[in-house]
Amino acid sequence: MAKQYPQDGPGTPPANTLLQSLHDLPRGPTGEILTNMLPTPDTSHVSFNTIYEPSEDSFLLLDTLSSTTEVTWLRKRFASKTPYLVEVGTGSGVVIAFLTANAEQVFGRPILSLGIDVNANACHATKETVRKATAEQTAGSLYLGSITGDLCSSLLPGSVDVLVFNPPYVPSEELPALPGLERKYRDKFEHDSHLLALTTDGGEEGMETTTRLFAQIPYLLSPSGVAYILLCAQNRPEAVKSWVAEDLPKGPWLSETVGSSGKKGGWEKLQIVRIWNEKAAGNG
Amino acid sequence: MKLLTVNFLTCAVKTCKTSSESYPLHFRDAQLEQNPQTFNPLFIRNILSRLDWSALTTTANELGLTAMLPDHNPADDMMVDSEGATEEEKNRAKDNVISEEVLKKLHTFLVDTAVIEGKLVCGNCGFEYPIKEGVGNFLLPPHLV
Ligand SMILES: [Zn+2]
Repeated sequence: MAKQYPQDGPGTPPANTLLQSLHDLPRGPTGEILTNMLPTPDTSHVSFNTIYEPSEDSFLLLDTLSSTTEVTWLRKRFASKTPYLVEVGTGSGVVIAFLTANAEQVFGRPILSLGIDVNANACHATKETVRKATAEQTAGSLYLGSITGDLCSSLLPGSVDVLVFNPPYVPSEELPALPGLERKYRDKFEHDSHLLALTTDGGEEGMETTTRLFAQIPYLLSPSGVAYILLCAQNRPEAVKSWVAEDLPKGPWLSETVGSSGKKGGWEKLQIVRIWNEKAAGNG
Repeated sequence: MKLLTVNFLTCAVKTCKTSSESYPLHFRDAQLEQNPQTFNPLFIRNILSRLDWSALTTTANELGLTAMLPDHNPADDMMVDSEGATEEEKNRAKDNVISEEVLKKLHTFLVDTAVIEGKLVCGNCGFEYPIKEGVGNFLLPPHLV
């Protein structure tokens, strides 16, 4: 779970926010750092034949969403509303389990959560990961379940308060087809390879699936809604953010890089972009 | 899949999005499972304001669980329009506590109960989304995408 905080570079947050997340962590009564202590959910039951294994990107999401700046921002945003959180592409379920089990620490209150994945195996794995992570909790966050689906196509418009997406972001020659009910495979290898490719391959610039999700964001989010999207350097995050500001419908939308890792030649390998709207939420 | 999930789902078919018949989806041949969880009255009270009561009532009727749900959202009794309300009405609203019995029923309905097998059906196009081992499948066949 190694992470690096890069110095100023393209797309990094201002230096003071970085310092804050390093030094100004919330502390408990005896001075212990709270959010860094949050346990990573156990995924030892998950078979990674068709499911993405928790990696640097998954851990960057956990670190970012439990960082002081995000915790402070989220608690303010949802001070008077139980947030409904949707994670798209849950894979093993490590992220949604973390956010459901640690909702009190992250959001300041219990949440409602729903997982979506295109692979039914991932949905079953996620259910178990959440069950294990929340077994000890009495705070009462409610994980509604996991559904198999193509991004957010079956979600009620205007309902989602927190959207989390770790997309298939690796540039690839082809975008793998969605697993249809009628799809036949030659053998298990072809089946497993196809499902695994869906977790990583993002087509042109690694953005084909992410672009489809962006198109759903304006209709999906509630007035207080916020989306956290993971991007890699090849996705051209700065261009994506300009596009969000200028061209995403029902704007104006704000975006900010709120977490990054793996600096390489002045560029972060990975970053988390927060996208939100100030129109109705009255949040500064 | 918890019953409350249908409060947040609609038909995935594009042409159904504009039809009011595509929400809520309707349970068919639903097999329910009870999995008792810790009762947290504050959590139930906090989520009341975000429930779509008429959609939930439809769901409860379809599952034969009408008795679990009060005929209107108890949160409505707590809210008084500050413009038109008299002092007396405002005080009454403040004192109006949702009974533990009502909250416990809601907890059973919203938190403890899940659908493990069955279908969710769109009232507009009739498409049936299967639920297997608690996981609903909303992937559409190619001709409907
Ligand atoms: Zn339909």
